[in-house]
Amino acid sequence: MGLFKHPAFWHRIGAALAALMLLCAALAFAASVGETSIPVRTVLDTLANHLFDANRHVDAIDSGIIWNYRLSRAVVAACCGAGLAVSGVVLQALLRNSLADPYLLGISAGASTGAVSVVILGLGGGMVSLSLGAFGGAVAAFAFVSLLALQAGRGTGAIILAGIAGSQMFNALTSFIVTKSANAEQARGIMFWLLGNLSGVRWPDVWLALPAVICGLLVCLWYARALDAFTFGRESAASLGIPVRRVYVVLIGSSAMMTAVMVSIVGSIGFVGLVIPHAARFFVGARHGLLLPLSALIGALFLISADVISRIIVPGQVVPIGVVTALVGAPAFALILCHRRVLR
Amino acid sequence: MSLELQDVEWFAGYRQIIKGVSLEVIPGEFLGLIGPNGSGKTSLMSILSGIRRPDRGRALLSRQDMHRHGRRKLAQHIGFVEQQADTTDRLTVREAVSLGRTPYLSMLSPWTSRDDDLVAQALADVDMAHMADRHWQTLSGGEKQRVHIARALAQEPKFLLLDEPTNHLDIRHQLGLLELVRTLPVTVVAALHDLNHAALFCDRIAVMNHGVLVGLGTVPEILTKTMLRDVFGVSAQVEQDNDGNCFIRYHAAFDK
Repeated sequence: MGLFKHPAFWHRIGAALAALMLLCAALAFAASVGETSIPVRTVLDTLANHLFDANRHVDAIDSGIIWNYRLSRAVVAACCGAGLAVSGVVLQALLRNSLADPYLLGISAGASTGAVSVVILGLGGGMVSLSLGAFGGAVAAFAFVSLLALQAGRGTGAIILAGIAGSQMFNALTSFIVTKSANAEQARGIMFWLLGNLSGVRWPDVWLALPAVICGLLVCLWYARALDAFTFGRESAASLGIPVRRVYVVLIGSSAMMTAVMVSIVGSIGFVGLVIPHAARFFVGARHGLLLPLSALIGALFLISADVISRIIVPGQVVPIGVVTALVGAPAFALILCHRRVLR
Repeated sequence: MSLELQDVEWFAGYRQIIKGVSLEVIPGEFLGLIGPNGSGKTSLMSILSGIRRPDRGRALLSRQDMHRHGRRKLAQHIGFVEQQADTTDRLTVREAVSLGRTPYLSMLSPWTSRDDDLVAQALADVDMAHMADRHWQTLSGGEKQRVHIARALAQEPKFLLLDEPTNHLDIRHQLGLLELVRTLPVTVVAALHDLNHAALFCDRIAVMNHGVLVGLGTVPEILTKTMLRDVFGVSAQVEQDNDGNCFIRYHAAFDK
Protein backbone atom coordinates (compact mmCIF):
# COMPACT_ATOMS: atom_id res chain seq x y z
CA MET A 1 0.00 0.00 0.00
CA GLY A 2 1.45 3.34 -1.02
CA LEU A 3 -0.19 4.94 1.97
CA PHE A 4 2.67 4.22 4.35
CA LYS A 5 5.34 5.50 1.96
CA HIS A 6 3.60 8.82 1.64
CA PRO A 7 5.51 11.49 3.60
CA ALA A 8 2.25 13.21 4.58
CA PHE A 9 1.21 10.01 6.35
CA TRP A 10 4.21 10.12 8.70
CA HIS A 11 3.81 13.85 9.22
CA ARG A 12 0.29 13.15 10.36
CA ILE A 13 1.36 10.38 12.73
CA GLY A 14 3.93 12.77 14.22
CA ALA A 15 1.40 15.55 14.62
CA ALA A 16 -1.11 13.16 16.18
CA LEU A 17 1.49 11.99 18.73
CA ALA A 18 2.41 15.57 19.59
CA ALA A 19 -1.27 16.43 20.04
CA LEU A 20 -1.79 13.41 22.28
CA MET A 21 1.18 14.39 24.45
CA LEU A 22 -0.09 17.94 24.74
CA LEU A 23 -3.46 16.61 25.78
CA CYS A 24 -1.94 14.33 28.44
CA ALA A 25 0.12 17.24 29.81
CA ALA A 26 -3.03 19.36 30.06
CA LEU A 27 -4.87 16.55 31.86
CA ALA A 28 -2.02 16.12 34.36
CA PHE A 29 -1.94 19.88 34.91
CA ALA A 30 -5.72 19.98 35.46
CA ALA A 31 -5.41 17.17 37.99
CA SER A 32 -2.77 19.02 40.00
CA VAL A 33 -4.52 22.41 40.16
CA GLY A 34 -7.44 23.03 42.48
CA GLU A 35 -8.46 24.10 45.93
CA THR A 36 -5.69 21.95 47.36
CA SER A 37 -2.75 22.17 45.02
CA ILE A 38 -1.10 18.81 44.45
CA PRO A 39 2.39 18.56 42.88
CA VAL A 40 2.49 17.17 39.33
CA ARG A 41 4.92 14.52 40.63
CA THR A 42 2.19 13.13 42.91
CA VAL A 43 -0.25 13.22 40.00
CA LEU A 44 2.14 11.15 37.88
CA ASP A 45 2.69 8.69 40.72
CA THR A 46 -1.07 8.29 41.17
CA LEU A 47 -1.48 7.71 37.45
CA ALA A 48 1.31 5.15 37.49
CA ASN A 49 -0.38 3.36 40.40
CA HIS A 50 -3.75 3.20 38.68
CA LEU A 51 -2.63 2.53 35.15
CA PHE A 52 0.38 0.24 35.63
CA ASP A 53 0.07 -0.97 39.27
CA ALA A 54 3.36 0.80 39.99
CA ASN A 55 2.96 0.69 43.77
CA ARG A 56 4.39 4.17 44.31
CA HIS A 57 3.65 5.68 47.70
CA VAL A 58 0.96 8.38 47.43
CA ASP A 59 -1.18 9.90 50.16
CA ALA A 60 -4.59 8.18 49.98
CA ILE A 61 -6.54 11.45 50.09
CA ASP A 62 -4.42 13.05 47.36
CA SER A 63 -4.77 9.91 45.31
CA GLY A 64 -8.54 9.93 45.76
CA ILE A 65 -8.86 13.58 44.81
CA ILE A 66 -6.73 13.14 41.73
CA TRP A 67 -8.12 9.89 40.44
CA ASN A 68 -11.78 9.98 41.42
CA TYR A 69 -12.46 13.65 41.27
CA ARG A 70 -10.14 15.76 39.15
CA LEU A 71 -8.93 13.37 36.50
CA SER A 72 -12.31 11.95 35.54
CA ARG A 73 -13.60 15.49 35.43
CA ALA A 74 -10.73 16.69 33.23
CA VAL A 75 -11.17 13.78 30.82
CA VAL A 76 -14.88 14.46 30.48
CA ALA A 77 -14.15 18.16 29.98
CA ALA A 78 -11.72 17.23 27.20
CA CYS A 79 -14.24 14.90 25.54
CA CYS A 80 -16.91 17.52 25.79
CA GLY A 81 -14.77 20.27 24.30
CA ALA A 82 -13.63 18.01 21.47
CA GLY A 83 -17.13 16.70 20.76
CA LEU A 84 -18.79 20.10 20.71
CA ALA A 85 -16.04 21.62 18.56
CA VAL A 86 -16.24 18.77 16.01
CA SER A 87 -20.04 19.03 15.89
CA GLY A 88 -19.66 22.75 15.32
CA VAL A 89 -17.26 22.22 12.40
CA VAL A 90 -19.58 19.69 10.79
CA LEU A 91 -22.73 21.79 11.10
CA GLN A 92 -21.01 24.94 9.90
CA ALA A 93 -19.65 23.08 6.89
CA LEU A 94 -22.86 21.30 5.93
CA LEU A 95 -25.25 24.18 6.53
CA ARG A 96 -22.87 26.74 5.01
CA ASN A 97 -23.54 29.04 7.95
CA SER A 98 -20.80 30.35 10.19
CA LEU A 99 -23.29 30.90 13.03
CA ALA A 100 -24.32 27.24 13.18
CA ASP A 101 -23.48 25.51 16.46
CA PRO A 102 -24.21 22.07 17.95
CA TYR A 103 -27.25 23.39 19.82
CA LEU A 104 -28.82 24.67 16.60
CA LEU A 105 -30.75 21.42 16.20
CA GLY A 106 -32.70 21.87 19.44
CA ILE A 107 -30.47 19.50 21.38
CA SER A 108 -29.77 21.64 24.44
CA ALA A 109 -33.37 22.86 24.59
CA GLY A 110 -34.63 19.29 24.41
CA ALA A 111 -32.11 18.15 27.01
CA SER A 112 -33.28 20.84 29.42
CA THR A 113 -36.91 19.79 28.94
CA GLY A 114 -35.94 16.17 29.55
CA ALA A 115 -33.96 17.12 32.65
CA VAL A 116 -36.73 19.18 34.24
CA SER A 117 -39.29 16.50 33.40
CA VAL A 118 -37.25 14.06 35.45
CA VAL A 119 -36.18 16.36 38.28
CA ILE A 120 -39.30 18.46 38.76
CA LEU A 121 -42.18 16.45 37.32
CA GLY A 122 -40.69 13.20 38.57
CA LEU A 123 -41.01 11.51 35.20
CA GLY A 124 -39.96 7.88 35.35
CA GLY A 125 -40.76 7.66 39.06
CA GLY A 126 -37.15 7.86 40.28
CA MET A 127 -36.02 5.09 37.92
CA VAL A 128 -34.65 7.57 35.40
CA SER A 129 -31.58 9.68 36.15
CA LEU A 130 -31.27 13.31 35.19
CA SER A 131 -28.70 12.41 32.53
CA LEU A 132 -30.92 9.81 30.95
CA GLY A 133 -33.84 12.21 30.98
CA ALA A 134 -31.71 14.90 29.37
CA PHE A 135 -30.50 12.45 26.73
CA GLY A 136 -34.05 11.38 25.97
CA GLY A 137 -35.17 14.99 25.71
CA ALA A 138 -32.26 15.84 23.41
CA VAL A 139 -33.01 12.93 21.08
CA ALA A 140 -36.72 13.77 21.06
CA ALA A 141 -36.02 17.39 20.20
CA PHE A 142 -33.57 16.38 17.47
CA ALA A 143 -36.13 13.99 15.99
CA PHE A 144 -38.75 16.73 16.08
CA VAL A 145 -36.43 19.22 14.37
CA SER A 146 -35.35 16.69 11.73
CA LEU A 147 -38.94 15.82 10.85
CA LEU A 148 -39.84 19.47 10.69
CA ALA A 149 -36.85 20.17 8.42
CA LEU A 150 -37.79 17.28 6.13
CA GLN A 151 -41.35 18.56 5.88
CA ALA A 152 -40.28 22.16 5.37
CA GLY A 153 -38.10 21.47 2.34
CA ARG A 154 -34.60 20.51 1.43
CA GLY A 155 -32.62 23.71 1.75
CA THR A 156 -30.13 24.44 4.49
CA GLY A 157 -32.34 27.36 5.48
CA ALA A 158 -35.15 24.91 6.29
CA ILE A 159 -32.91 23.03 8.74
CA ILE A 160 -31.83 26.22 10.50
CA LEU A 161 -35.39 27.53 10.79
CA ALA A 162 -36.68 24.16 11.99
CA GLY A 163 -33.91 24.17 14.61
CA ILE A 164 -34.90 27.60 15.82
CA ALA A 165 -38.58 26.63 16.00
CA GLY A 166 -37.77 23.41 17.85
CA SER A 167 -35.41 25.15 20.30
CA GLN A 168 -37.95 27.83 21.09
CA MET A 169 -40.68 25.28 21.67
CA PHE A 170 -38.64 23.07 23.98
CA ASN A 171 -37.23 26.07 25.86
CA ALA A 172 -40.78 27.30 26.39
CA LEU A 173 -41.77 23.85 27.67
CA THR A 174 -38.86 23.93 30.13
CA SER A 175 -39.81 27.40 31.37
CA PHE A 176 -43.41 26.32 31.67
CA ILE A 177 -42.54 23.30 33.79
CA VAL A 178 -40.11 25.30 35.95
CA THR A 179 -42.52 28.18 36.64
CA LYS A 180 -45.48 25.87 37.21
CA SER A 181 -43.99 23.23 39.43
CA ALA A 182 -40.51 24.05 40.68
CA ASN A 183 -39.60 25.54 44.05
CA ALA A 184 -36.80 28.10 44.34
CA GLU A 185 -34.21 25.46 45.20
CA GLN A 186 -35.06 23.33 42.16
CA ALA A 187 -35.16 26.35 39.85
CA ARG A 188 -31.65 27.35 40.95
CA GLY A 189 -30.40 23.80 40.52
CA ILE A 190 -31.79 23.64 36.99
CA MET A 191 -30.25 26.97 36.10
CA PHE A 192 -26.87 25.71 37.27
CA TRP A 193 -27.24 22.56 35.27
CA LEU A 194 -28.19 24.52 32.16
CA LEU A 195 -25.02 26.61 32.37
CA GLY A 196 -22.90 23.49 32.46
CA ASN A 197 -21.73 21.63 35.51
CA LEU A 198 -18.89 19.13 35.79
CA SER A 199 -19.09 18.70 39.57
CA GLY A 200 -20.83 15.35 39.65
CA VAL A 201 -18.70 13.78 36.94
CA ARG A 202 -17.05 10.42 37.77
CA TRP A 203 -15.45 7.58 35.82
CA PRO A 204 -18.70 6.00 34.52
CA ASP A 205 -19.31 9.29 32.68
CA VAL A 206 -15.89 8.98 31.09
CA TRP A 207 -16.75 5.57 29.66
CA LEU A 208 -19.78 7.19 28.04
CA ALA A 209 -18.18 10.41 26.81
CA LEU A 210 -14.89 8.99 25.53
CA PRO A 211 -16.31 6.36 23.15
CA ALA A 212 -18.94 8.81 21.95
CA VAL A 213 -16.41 11.46 21.01
CA ILE A 214 -13.93 9.00 19.48
CA CYS A 215 -16.61 7.35 17.33
CA GLY A 216 -18.00 10.74 16.35
CA LEU A 217 -14.59 12.08 15.39
CA LEU A 218 -13.73 8.98 13.36
CA VAL A 219 -17.01 9.12 11.43
CA CYS A 220 -16.46 12.81 10.66
CA LEU A 221 -12.85 12.20 9.61
CA TRP A 222 -14.02 9.43 7.29
CA TYR A 223 -16.19 12.05 5.58
CA ALA A 224 -13.55 14.82 5.67
CA ARG A 225 -13.29 15.03 1.88
CA ALA A 226 -17.06 15.07 1.56
CA LEU A 227 -17.15 18.03 3.94
CA ASP A 228 -14.52 19.78 1.80
CA ALA A 229 -16.74 19.25 -1.21
CA PHE A 230 -19.46 21.34 0.43
CA THR A 231 -17.23 24.43 0.16
CA PHE A 232 -19.31 25.79 -2.72
CA GLY A 233 -22.64 24.50 -1.46
CA ARG A 234 -24.86 21.43 -1.76
CA GLU A 235 -25.32 21.35 -5.52
CA SER A 236 -21.62 21.69 -6.09
CA ALA A 237 -20.99 18.85 -3.62
CA ALA A 238 -23.50 16.71 -5.52
CA SER A 239 -21.76 17.45 -8.81
CA LEU A 240 -18.48 16.35 -7.22
CA GLY A 241 -19.98 12.92 -6.62
CA ILE A 242 -20.99 13.35 -2.99
CA PRO A 243 -24.16 11.51 -1.95
CA VAL A 244 -25.51 14.64 -0.29
CA ARG A 245 -28.50 13.09 1.46
CA ARG A 246 -26.50 10.24 2.98
CA VAL A 247 -23.73 12.57 4.15
CA TYR A 248 -26.34 14.82 5.75
CA VAL A 249 -28.02 11.97 7.58
CA VAL A 250 -24.80 10.35 8.78
CA LEU A 251 -22.93 13.50 9.79
CA ILE A 252 -25.77 15.53 11.28
CA GLY A 253 -26.93 12.35 13.02
CA SER A 254 -23.54 11.61 14.54
CA SER A 255 -22.87 15.16 15.62
CA ALA A 256 -26.33 15.33 17.18
CA MET A 257 -25.73 12.09 19.08
CA MET A 258 -22.30 13.28 20.21
CA THR A 259 -23.77 16.56 21.42
CA ALA A 260 -26.70 14.82 23.12
CA VAL A 261 -24.30 12.58 25.10
CA MET A 262 -22.21 15.58 26.17
CA VAL A 263 -25.20 17.69 27.14
CA SER A 264 -26.72 14.85 29.13
CA ILE A 265 -23.50 14.51 31.16
CA VAL A 266 -22.53 18.13 31.77
CA GLY A 267 -25.42 20.34 30.68
CA SER A 268 -25.27 22.76 27.80
CA ILE A 269 -21.93 24.49 27.75
CA GLY A 270 -22.19 27.30 25.28
CA PHE A 271 -19.66 29.02 23.05
CA VAL A 272 -17.30 26.06 22.45
CA GLY A 273 -19.13 24.60 19.47
CA LEU A 274 -19.61 27.96 17.85
CA VAL A 275 -16.22 29.55 18.33
CA ILE A 276 -13.57 26.82 18.45
CA PRO A 277 -14.17 25.86 14.79
CA HIS A 278 -13.50 29.45 13.75
CA ALA A 279 -10.37 29.61 15.89
CA ALA A 280 -9.10 26.36 14.35
CA ARG A 281 -9.90 27.57 10.82
CA PHE A 282 -7.78 30.61 11.56
CA PHE A 283 -4.76 28.30 12.00
CA VAL A 284 -5.20 25.67 9.29
CA GLY A 285 -7.82 26.95 6.87
CA ALA A 286 -10.89 25.07 5.75
CA ARG A 287 -9.49 21.62 4.80
CA HIS A 288 -11.41 19.25 7.05
CA GLY A 289 -8.77 16.54 7.19
CA LEU A 290 -6.77 18.99 9.33
CA LEU A 291 -9.56 21.17 10.65
CA LEU A 292 -11.47 18.38 12.40
CA PRO A 293 -8.63 16.99 14.53
CA LEU A 294 -7.29 20.44 15.31
CA SER A 295 -10.74 21.65 16.39
CA ALA A 296 -11.06 18.59 18.62
CA LEU A 297 -7.66 19.33 20.18
CA ILE A 298 -8.31 23.03 20.74
CA GLY A 299 -11.80 22.30 22.06
CA ALA A 300 -10.43 19.73 24.51
CA LEU A 301 -7.63 22.01 25.75
CA PHE A 302 -10.00 24.95 26.00
CA LEU A 303 -12.56 23.14 28.09
CA ILE A 304 -9.93 21.57 30.36
CA SER A 305 -8.59 25.07 31.07
CA ALA A 306 -12.07 26.53 31.45
CA ASP A 307 -12.88 23.84 34.01
CA VAL A 308 -9.69 24.59 35.98
CA ILE A 309 -10.53 28.29 35.97
CA SER A 310 -14.13 27.62 37.03
CA ARG A 311 -12.81 25.68 40.03
CA ILE A 312 -10.25 28.22 41.28
CA ILE A 313 -11.49 31.67 40.24
CA VAL A 314 -13.86 32.11 43.20
CA PRO A 315 -12.37 30.43 46.33
CA GLY A 316 -14.71 27.95 47.93
CA GLN A 317 -17.18 28.05 45.07
CA VAL A 318 -17.48 26.55 41.60
CA VAL A 319 -18.52 28.97 38.88
CA PRO A 320 -20.62 27.31 36.14
CA ILE A 321 -18.24 26.37 33.34
CA GLY A 322 -20.55 27.89 30.72
CA VAL A 323 -19.96 31.27 32.32
CA VAL A 324 -16.20 30.79 32.11
CA THR A 325 -16.19 29.61 28.50
CA ALA A 326 -18.06 32.73 27.45
CA LEU A 327 -16.16 35.14 29.70
CA VAL A 328 -12.76 33.87 28.60
CA GLY A 329 -13.73 32.76 25.13
CA ALA A 330 -15.48 35.88 23.89
CA PRO A 331 -12.51 38.24 24.32
CA ALA A 332 -10.12 35.63 22.96
CA PHE A 333 -12.33 35.20 19.95
CA ALA A 334 -12.56 38.96 19.46
CA LEU A 335 -8.76 39.07 19.38
CA ILE A 336 -8.64 36.37 16.72
CA LEU A 337 -11.23 38.18 14.61
CA CYS A 338 -9.33 41.45 14.71
CA HIS A 339 -6.03 39.73 14.06
CA ARG A 340 -7.46 37.96 11.05
CA ARG A 341 -8.50 41.24 9.51
CA VAL A 342 -4.97 42.57 9.95
CA LEU A 343 -3.54 39.45 8.28
CA ARG A 344 -5.69 39.98 5.21
CA MET B 1 -20.03 7.89 -24.38
CA SER B 2 -23.45 9.44 -24.80
CA LEU B 3 -25.60 11.84 -22.81
CA GLU B 4 -29.30 11.76 -23.50
CA LEU B 5 -32.69 12.80 -22.14
CA GLN B 6 -35.86 10.88 -23.06
CA ASP B 7 -39.26 12.46 -22.44
CA VAL B 8 -38.06 14.09 -19.25
CA GLU B 9 -40.57 15.77 -16.97
CA TRP B 10 -39.70 17.49 -13.72
CA PHE B 11 -41.80 19.18 -11.05
CA ALA B 12 -40.91 21.74 -8.41
CA GLY B 13 -43.60 20.99 -5.86
CA TYR B 14 -46.80 20.84 -7.93
CA ARG B 15 -45.52 23.15 -10.66
CA GLN B 16 -44.27 21.44 -13.75
CA ILE B 17 -40.99 23.00 -14.81
CA ILE B 18 -39.80 20.59 -17.52
CA LYS B 19 -42.34 19.16 -19.95
CA GLY B 20 -41.41 16.14 -22.04
CA VAL B 21 -37.93 17.11 -23.14
CA SER B 22 -35.93 14.71 -25.31
CA LEU B 23 -32.40 15.65 -26.24
CA GLU B 24 -29.22 13.89 -27.26
CA VAL B 25 -25.85 15.52 -26.80
CA ILE B 26 -23.47 14.68 -29.65
CA PRO B 27 -19.93 13.88 -28.44
CA GLY B 28 -17.45 16.66 -29.20
CA GLU B 29 -20.00 19.38 -29.87
CA PHE B 30 -20.63 22.71 -28.19
CA LEU B 31 -24.37 22.69 -27.48
CA GLY B 32 -25.95 25.96 -26.44
CA LEU B 33 -29.14 26.07 -24.40
CA ILE B 34 -31.14 29.26 -24.77
CA GLY B 35 -34.54 30.49 -23.64
CA PRO B 36 -36.16 33.35 -21.77
CA ASN B 37 -35.98 33.67 -17.98
CA GLY B 38 -37.92 30.93 -16.21
CA SER B 39 -38.04 28.68 -19.28
CA GLY B 40 -36.43 25.81 -17.37
CA LYS B 41 -32.82 26.14 -18.54
CA THR B 42 -31.27 25.78 -15.09
CA SER B 43 -33.54 22.87 -14.16
CA LEU B 44 -32.69 21.13 -17.41
CA MET B 45 -28.98 21.66 -16.76
CA SER B 46 -29.19 20.10 -13.32
CA ILE B 47 -31.07 17.11 -14.74
CA LEU B 48 -28.43 16.73 -17.46
CA SER B 49 -25.73 16.86 -14.80
CA GLY B 50 -27.43 14.16 -12.76
CA ILE B 51 -27.93 16.35 -9.69
CA ARG B 52 -31.71 16.13 -10.08
CA ARG B 53 -33.54 13.00 -11.14
CA PRO B 54 -36.38 13.43 -13.63
CA ASP B 55 -39.82 12.71 -12.19
CA ARG B 56 -40.82 11.05 -15.45
CA GLY B 57 -38.77 9.97 -18.43
CA ARG B 58 -35.12 8.98 -18.39
CA ALA B 59 -31.76 10.70 -18.17
CA LEU B 60 -29.16 8.43 -19.71
CA LEU B 61 -25.38 8.34 -19.63
CA SER B 62 -23.90 5.63 -21.90
CA ARG B 63 -27.46 4.45 -22.53
CA GLN B 64 -27.93 3.65 -18.84
CA ASP B 65 -30.03 5.53 -16.30
CA MET B 66 -27.84 8.13 -14.62
CA HIS B 67 -28.70 7.26 -11.04
CA ARG B 68 -27.61 3.68 -11.66
CA HIS B 69 -24.07 4.84 -12.28
CA GLY B 70 -23.85 6.21 -8.76
CA ARG B 71 -22.85 9.75 -7.82
CA ARG B 72 -19.13 9.09 -7.88
CA LYS B 73 -19.03 7.50 -11.31
CA LEU B 74 -21.26 10.27 -12.64
CA ALA B 75 -18.89 12.92 -11.31
CA GLN B 76 -16.01 11.21 -13.11
CA HIS B 77 -17.80 11.76 -16.43
CA ILE B 78 -19.75 14.98 -15.99
CA GLY B 79 -18.33 18.26 -14.73
CA PHE B 80 -20.92 20.87 -13.81
CA VAL B 81 -20.39 24.58 -13.16
CA GLU B 82 -23.51 26.07 -11.64
CA GLN B 83 -24.53 29.69 -11.50
CA GLN B 84 -22.90 31.81 -8.82
CA ALA B 85 -21.33 29.27 -6.50
CA ASP B 86 -19.42 31.23 -3.89
CA THR B 87 -17.94 30.57 -0.47
CA THR B 88 -16.81 32.48 2.60
CA ASP B 89 -14.19 29.84 3.44
CA ARG B 90 -10.56 30.83 3.33
CA LEU B 91 -9.03 28.72 0.60
CA THR B 92 -6.59 29.14 -2.25
CA VAL B 93 -7.25 28.77 -5.96
CA ARG B 94 -5.29 25.51 -5.98
CA GLU B 95 -7.35 24.11 -3.11
CA ALA B 96 -10.58 25.08 -4.88
CA VAL B 97 -9.47 23.28 -8.05
CA SER B 98 -8.29 20.28 -5.98
CA LEU B 99 -11.91 19.71 -4.98
CA GLY B 100 -12.41 18.48 -8.54
CA ARG B 101 -10.41 15.37 -7.67
CA THR B 102 -12.94 14.40 -4.98
CA PRO B 103 -14.72 11.75 -7.12
CA TYR B 104 -11.44 9.85 -7.49
CA LEU B 105 -10.24 9.96 -3.88
CA SER B 106 -11.04 7.81 -0.89
CA MET B 107 -9.39 6.53 2.26
CA LEU B 108 -7.74 3.77 0.22
CA SER B 109 -6.80 5.88 -2.80
CA PRO B 110 -5.26 9.01 -1.30
CA TRP B 111 -3.95 12.09 -3.07
CA THR B 112 -0.99 11.35 -5.36
CA SER B 113 1.37 13.32 -7.57
CA ARG B 114 -0.88 12.50 -10.52
CA ASP B 115 -3.63 14.50 -8.82
CA ASP B 116 -1.17 17.37 -8.42
CA ASP B 117 -0.39 17.19 -12.14
CA LEU B 118 -4.06 17.15 -13.15
CA VAL B 119 -4.81 20.16 -10.96
CA ALA B 120 -1.86 22.02 -12.45
CA GLN B 121 -3.02 21.09 -15.96
CA ALA B 122 -6.57 22.28 -15.24
CA LEU B 123 -5.23 25.57 -13.91
CA ALA B 124 -3.06 25.97 -17.01
CA ASP B 125 -6.04 25.18 -19.26
CA VAL B 126 -7.99 28.15 -17.91
CA ASP B 127 -4.88 30.33 -17.77
CA MET B 128 -4.91 30.63 -13.99
CA ALA B 129 -1.65 28.82 -13.17
CA HIS B 130 0.03 32.04 -12.09
CA MET B 131 -2.72 32.64 -9.53
CA ALA B 132 -2.67 29.19 -7.94
CA ASP B 133 -1.74 30.47 -4.49
CA ARG B 134 -4.09 33.44 -4.44
CA HIS B 135 -6.96 33.38 -1.97
CA TRP B 136 -10.45 32.84 -3.35
CA GLN B 137 -11.81 36.04 -1.82
CA THR B 138 -9.25 38.17 -3.67
CA LEU B 139 -10.42 37.02 -7.13
CA SER B 140 -12.60 38.93 -9.54
CA GLY B 141 -15.84 37.47 -10.87
CA GLY B 142 -14.23 36.32 -14.09
CA GLU B 143 -11.32 34.70 -12.28
CA LYS B 144 -13.69 32.86 -9.94
CA GLN B 145 -15.61 31.54 -12.92
CA ARG B 146 -12.41 30.31 -14.55
CA VAL B 147 -11.43 28.56 -11.30
CA HIS B 148 -14.83 26.85 -11.23
CA ILE B 149 -14.24 25.62 -14.77
CA ALA B 150 -10.77 24.40 -13.78
CA ARG B 151 -12.36 22.52 -10.87
CA ALA B 152 -14.78 20.86 -13.27
CA LEU B 153 -11.90 20.05 -15.65
CA ALA B 154 -9.94 18.44 -12.82
CA GLN B 155 -12.78 15.90 -12.70
CA GLU B 156 -11.49 14.73 -16.13
CA PRO B 157 -15.03 14.89 -17.49
CA LYS B 158 -16.25 13.77 -20.90
CA PHE B 159 -19.03 16.35 -20.63
CA LEU B 160 -18.64 19.87 -19.30
CA LEU B 161 -21.92 21.50 -18.30
CA LEU B 162 -22.00 25.25 -17.74
CA ASP B 163 -25.00 27.18 -16.44
CA GLU B 164 -24.77 30.76 -17.70
CA PRO B 165 -20.98 30.85 -17.35
CA THR B 166 -20.64 34.44 -18.53
CA ASN B 167 -22.95 36.07 -15.99
CA HIS B 168 -21.41 39.09 -14.29
CA LEU B 169 -18.39 39.14 -16.57
CA ASP B 170 -17.35 42.09 -18.71
CA ILE B 171 -17.55 41.61 -22.46
CA ARG B 172 -13.86 40.80 -22.92
CA HIS B 173 -14.00 38.05 -20.31
CA GLN B 174 -17.30 36.75 -21.66
CA LEU B 175 -15.78 36.21 -25.09
CA GLY B 176 -12.50 34.99 -23.63
CA LEU B 177 -14.23 32.40 -21.47
CA LEU B 178 -16.40 31.01 -24.25
CA GLU B 179 -13.44 30.91 -26.62
CA LEU B 180 -11.51 29.02 -23.95
CA VAL B 181 -14.32 26.54 -23.41
CA ARG B 182 -14.64 25.91 -27.15
CA THR B 183 -10.98 24.96 -27.43
CA LEU B 184 -11.14 22.43 -24.58
CA PRO B 185 -11.16 18.76 -25.62
CA VAL B 186 -14.55 18.03 -24.04
CA THR B 187 -18.19 18.01 -25.05
CA VAL B 188 -19.77 21.22 -23.79
CA VAL B 189 -23.38 22.02 -22.92
CA ALA B 190 -23.83 25.64 -21.87
CA ALA B 191 -26.93 27.58 -20.94
CA LEU B 192 -26.36 30.99 -22.50
CA HIS B 193 -28.07 34.29 -22.03
CA ASP B 194 -26.64 36.22 -24.92
CA LEU B 195 -27.98 34.97 -28.26
CA ASN B 196 -25.12 36.48 -30.22
CA HIS B 197 -22.70 34.48 -28.07
CA ALA B 198 -24.70 31.37 -28.83
CA ALA B 199 -24.51 32.24 -32.52
CA LEU B 200 -20.79 32.83 -32.35
CA PHE B 201 -19.64 29.75 -30.41
CA CYS B 202 -22.19 26.94 -30.60
CA ASP B 203 -22.29 24.01 -32.98
CA ARG B 204 -25.95 23.42 -32.16
CA ILE B 205 -28.56 25.33 -30.19
CA ALA B 206 -31.45 24.02 -28.10
CA VAL B 207 -34.32 26.42 -27.33
CA MET B 208 -36.44 26.11 -24.19
CA ASN B 209 -39.74 27.90 -23.71
CA HIS B 210 -42.17 27.33 -20.81
CA GLY B 211 -40.44 24.05 -19.99
CA VAL B 212 -40.75 22.70 -23.53
CA LEU B 213 -37.90 22.10 -25.95
CA VAL B 214 -39.17 24.10 -28.92
CA GLY B 215 -36.15 23.87 -31.17
CA LEU B 216 -32.91 21.98 -31.67
CA GLY B 217 -30.55 22.42 -34.56
CA THR B 218 -27.66 24.33 -36.11
CA VAL B 219 -27.32 28.05 -35.58
CA PRO B 220 -28.95 29.23 -38.86
CA GLU B 221 -31.78 26.73 -38.39
CA ILE B 222 -32.60 27.98 -34.91
CA LEU B 223 -31.85 31.69 -34.86
CA THR B 224 -34.64 32.99 -37.03
CA LYS B 225 -36.81 36.08 -36.96
CA THR B 226 -39.90 33.96 -36.13
CA MET B 227 -38.22 32.12 -33.26
CA LEU B 228 -37.00 35.38 -31.74
CA ARG B 229 -40.50 36.79 -31.93
CA ASP B 230 -42.36 33.70 -30.69
CA VAL B 231 -40.01 32.62 -27.92
CA PHE B 232 -38.26 35.76 -26.76
CA GLY B 233 -40.92 38.29 -27.74
CA VAL B 234 -38.50 40.59 -29.50
CA SER B 235 -38.37 42.00 -32.95
CA ALA B 236 -35.00 41.41 -34.55
CA GLN B 237 -33.18 40.88 -37.80
CA VAL B 238 -30.84 37.91 -38.23
CA GLU B 239 -27.98 38.72 -40.55
CA GLN B 240 -25.23 36.52 -41.88
CA ASP B 241 -21.72 37.68 -42.67
CA ASN B 242 -19.51 36.33 -45.45
CA ASP B 243 -18.26 33.41 -43.32
CA GLY B 244 -21.82 32.29 -42.67
CA ASN B 245 -21.78 33.50 -39.04
CA CYS B 246 -25.15 34.66 -37.73
CA PHE B 247 -25.62 38.01 -36.12
CA ILE B 248 -28.76 39.32 -34.43
CA ARG B 249 -29.71 42.96 -34.73
CA TYR B 250 -32.44 43.82 -32.22
CA HIS B 251 -35.13 46.41 -32.91
CA ALA B 252 -36.30 48.70 -30.12
CA ALA B 253 -39.70 48.37 -28.36
CA PHE B 254 -41.88 45.62 -29.70
CA ASP B 255 -45.56 45.04 -28.98
CA LYS B 256 -47.17 41.70 -29.61
